[in-house]
Amino acid sequence: MDLIIQIVAAAMSSGTPLLFAVLGGILIERSGIIQLGAEGIMLMGAVTAALVCVRTGSLAAALLAVLAVSAALGLMHAFMTVSLRANQIVSGLAMTLFGSGLSAFLGRGIAGQPVPGAVPKLDLPFLEAVPVVGDLFAHLDALTWASFALVVGMHLYIYRTSWGLHLRALGDNPPTADVMGIPVTAFRYGCVIAGTMLIGIGGADLLLVFSPAWIEDMTAGRGWIAVALIIFARWNPVRALLVAYFFGALDALGFRIQLIGSDIPSYFLKMIPYAATLLVLMALGWRNRGKPSGSPESLGVPYIREQRL
Amino acid sequence: MNGKAAAAGMEAEGAGARRRAAMSRLRIEFDPVRDRSPWWAPIAAAAAALAVCALFIAANGMDPLAVYKKMLTGAFGTRFGVTETLVKSIPLLLCGIGVSVAYRISFWNIGAEGQFLAGAMAATAVTIYLPDLPAAAALPLMTLAGIAAGGLWGLMTAVPRAYFQVNELISSLMLNYVALLLLDYFVFGPWRDPGGLNFPGSPMFTAEQSLPAFGRTRLHFGLVFALAAVLLYAFLFRYTRWGYELRLIGSNPEAARNAGINLNRQLLLVMLASGGLAGLAGMAEVSGVAHRLMYGISPGYGYTAIIVAWIARLHPLGLILSAFLFGGLIVGGYSVQTIGLPSATSEMLQGAVLFFVIAGAALGRIRIRRVR
Amino acid sequence: MNEPYAVEMRGIRKQFGSMIANDNVDFAVKAGEVHALLGENGAGKSTLLSMLSGVYRSTGGDILIHGRKVNIRSPKDALALGIGMVFQQFRLVHTLTAAENIVLGEKSSVWRGASWMRRKMEEIGAVADRFGLNIAADRPVWRMSVGEQQRVEIVKVLYRGADIILLDEPTSVLTPGEAGQLFETLRQLRAAGKTIILTTHKLREVMEIADRISVMRKGRMLKTMSRFETSERELAQLMVGKPPAGVMKPEARLPGRPLLEVDGLTVDAGEGRAAVRDLSLAVREGEIVGIAGVAGNGQSELAEALAGLRPWSGGTIRVCGREWKRSSVRMAIESGVSLVPENRMRSGLAGSLDIVDNLLLKTYRRPERSRFGLLRGSRNRAWARSLVERFDVRAAGLDTPVRQLSGGNQQKLLLAREADRDPKLMIAVHPTQGLDIGAAESVHRLLLGLRDAGRGVLLISEDLDEVLQLSDRILVMFGGTIIGEMSRDNADRERIGLYMAGLRDVPGEEAS
Repeated sequence: MDLIIQIVAAAMSSGTPLLFAVLGGILIERSGIIQLGAEGIMLMGAVTAALVCVRTGSLAAALLAVLAVSAALGLMHAFMTVSLRANQIVSGLAMTLFGSGLSAFLGRGIAGQPVPGAVPKLDLPFLEAVPVVGDLFAHLDALTWASFALVVGMHLYIYRTSWGLHLRALGDNPPTADVMGIPVTAFRYGCVIAGTMLIGIGGADLLLVFSPAWIEDMTAGRGWIAVALIIFARWNPVRALLVAYFFGALDALGFRIQLIGSDIPSYFLKMIPYAATLLVLMALGWRNRGKPSGSPESLGVPYIREQRL
Repeated sequence: MNGKAAAAGMEAEGAGARRRAAMSRLRIEFDPVRDRSPWWAPIAAAAAALAVCALFIAANGMDPLAVYKKMLTGAFGTRFGVTETLVKSIPLLLCGIGVSVAYRISFWNIGAEGQFLAGAMAATAVTIYLPDLPAAAALPLMTLAGIAAGGLWGLMTAVPRAYFQVNELISSLMLNYVALLLLDYFVFGPWRDPGGLNFPGSPMFTAEQSLPAFGRTRLHFGLVFALAAVLLYAFLFRYTRWGYELRLIGSNPEAARNAGINLNRQLLLVMLASGGLAGLAGMAEVSGVAHRLMYGISPGYGYTAIIVAWIARLHPLGLILSAFLFGGLIVGGYSVQTIGLPSATSEMLQGAVLFFVIAGAALGRIRIRRVR
Repeated sequence: MNEPYAVEMRGIRKQFGSMIANDNVDFAVKAGEVHALLGENGAGKSTLLSMLSGVYRSTGGDILIHGRKVNIRSPKDALALGIGMVFQQFRLVHTLTAAENIVLGEKSSVWRGASWMRRKMEEIGAVADRFGLNIAADRPVWRMSVGEQQRVEIVKVLYRGADIILLDEPTSVLTPGEAGQLFETLRQLRAAGKTIILTTHKLREVMEIADRISVMRKGRMLKTMSRFETSERELAQLMVGKPPAGVMKPEARLPGRPLLEVDGLTVDAGEGRAAVRDLSLAVREGEIVGIAGVAGNGQSELAEALAGLRPWSGGTIRVCGREWKRSSVRMAIESGVSLVPENRMRSGLAGSLDIVDNLLLKTYRRPERSRFGLLRGSRNRAWARSLVERFDVRAAGLDTPVRQLSGGNQQKLLLAREADRDPKLMIAVHPTQGLDIGAAESVHRLLLGLRDAGRGVLLISEDLDEVLQLSDRILVMFGGTIIGEMSRDNADRERIGLYMAGLRDVPGEEAS
């Protein structure tokens, strides 16, 4: 039982930064823009949080700064992809490069320094009554709770509000959305900026909660994993939660695999999500091959139509 | 293929954009087809990027000119620097050519990274399982293994696209991770050097298994591979029948179909070639530079190669220059470490250059017309 | 609301670059009537409707709605005026349900919980029932039949309070049964006081449903009258116009052996519809067979099948006596069949490649064009140069990207390429579309030249003048099959017009 708690705890602490990034990415991609810049944005979020925390010691200031910086990056990306209609793939790659480089540059002075100002924990003693994981949930940090709220919020937003409906329409069929009076450009700008802010928070969470010291390139590829997870979660916020935690667990399991008595090297376990995504998509493609119009499962790639344009 | 445009949608979108912009006297129109940015656009972009990054550097209390000078001399100023730049250019060029070949038929090969790693692993496998071969046998075998593995990895992106309608961005990205994890498995596991103090890498290659170098520099035979590849690339597309067929597909897949070309088959062949080139780059890197397979063997060559290819706009000479430039940026990045900056500074510059090039390309499509 | 006219368009002009789509059009629709806009493709009817629905803006003229001058700048403006349009290609998001599509873009409330949705469904149901439209509002669109999707589109505009409803070629995607249902719906809408404008090229429909009819041709409005004031013959005549003066008259020839024999051909269009239905025709050496008809009646699919680009599900195709067992482009090319497609830039030419590359498209595999996998550069250039001269293709140089050529020169290039292959059978689909008179004449001369040289030509064109001018035999295609046939000598323009509009037998007419 102790092991299960360990795994769940590890899954959450490792998976939450991913979750933020994936949720942000879902927002962006559902509006029709490909998001390949997550790695750079997360790094910028982390370094910003670190710098502001070290300088001011204020968590609130740090988070505000992260939001501001991410919004600026999002604005840039939105301008390039929506207004200038630049190539989204290359733009995302540029964002990754730029973000990695700039963050390394800005963070060189505080590399390795422990960052003050931990994220406050939310004490909810009544949760201790819950079996097994109660103790864990009773003293979770605020950002993790924020991520839960976000999952619920986004789910409701996408499936239960008219804005969410507009978003779904926009991602699937921009010309129709346009004709129905949905402001395509403004909506996309909004989604890209908001989504980028979420990704930045993911980077900040990585620093503030998971490993509170700035190290160059500390995301270690998590941004790229987030990109894959968006697809693996099929652009659905609740699935994003499951998938992010699954990855977090795999990450944490790592070398502890022997404890479960399994012989399979951890690397192959980690490969499962990627290989599975590919195989699932192939299976779907095979199933839909007769239908020229494509069933909604092909919604799995809402941005492609835009990209082709 | 990628080129099929949702024509009706595009018209409506275009009509929408035109409508809204037409409220002013000037009408801003986007020409979706012509991408005629002038040849000096990348240079202007580079200049703009340097200027913007200079601001960041200055705002952080360092002298931008000093930084740039350090990068420049580091990359191109010394003999060592130049050879290092060339060494870095080799994988960029090979992968860049591979990406360009695929892009000719409007196919995005984001998987060059995975194909690179596959080639590296295959070449290493030869050294591990056939350790006592003489150079005359080992090196050709390693080369073939590298190309074959890379080609196979490339096919794994092409087949899902051709027969299962799986978008190539996703499949190549997934396969990159799989390759990376496979590499980790090998270097932390079965192939780890037993005498290597737990370092995640294979045993060092013997002289028989290493590509010869030029003189006493680190510049190795892989350069010949790269230059030969460029020449082949240029020759293929200008003079051969296959090159013609590919150009046709890239220009108009419908017309290519009308000419009796089998699009799926061509896709597979192209990805075989594209992946093979990246795999060759992987082989050259482990055999010519690192002399072993190790964790982090690729600092993202496959991804940088996409940028190299994109900036070069499929032009052979452009590819050489672009690969050289980015090789220089990487080396320059290492050299600024001596004045206290992280090597990732060059990534910042690369990203900025790319942004401006993209913006410049996009701006090149704007036409401003007066409305009546 | 004493204005008799719900919609009035005065002096409307619409230009796309140098192409004039609507030329000084006057159009008036009375309130509460069903008004049909009749004309062939390219007559300008869809453009006119698009200006009413806010998709396009006119380059000149005025629009009055219920007597008041208005400026329709966007679909929102149109909606505000009570105008709703049902497009030929539906504007529906396939992954959403019908109800979700209908309420899309509504500014009402942000939150839509289960109760909100239920309320909306009731409202939608009320609207649908009121006009007799049967839709399953909670079903996702991709699961619906085409007819049902169209009903959703109609409910959509009704829900928004439209009382002027525009429909663009509404029966083009429907089966005859569904079309009948649609007309029932239109009658109910009319009874409820709605004003309906629909575009069509089918005479039978017009006579069945319309109160008044306006005929357009080549961007101009010809005549408007009530259904009772006209006859099918007159409408057909108006649609196809009068024969032009000064026509090329090819000399009579005796046709030779059959080159192409098509028997009972059926080609599917997907979704269970057949684009070509039990079609039979023959083309012999030394003759031009012209197929007249409004675009969208299966011509493209027929041409594609004959070029090996589209498989067929029934019937046989025989070229020079040999039956084609399966659909293959290469086999068609090797059998000596040449296709000049209707959309040259989309399927015939590669715009970004130069003249030489484009000329090579069909023949690059031949030994004189390439050897050992290499293209024979200088040889090919010399050959290209001679072709360009022979066919009078005007271009800056051989290296000019083909998309920079004018439409006429592009078409000449295409024909040059196809003709140079010395095909046995040339299939030309809308070959002079978008060309000026000079270029069109060159094309005609070319086709006649092929015929005189003993080759066969299958000319598929919407331009009736062209078909009448060049063809030895004229067939008319409607609804996927050949509805009528006549030779040049007893060609009757009027009768062809009737065939084109779908009427095989006209009451009170004797067969000629």
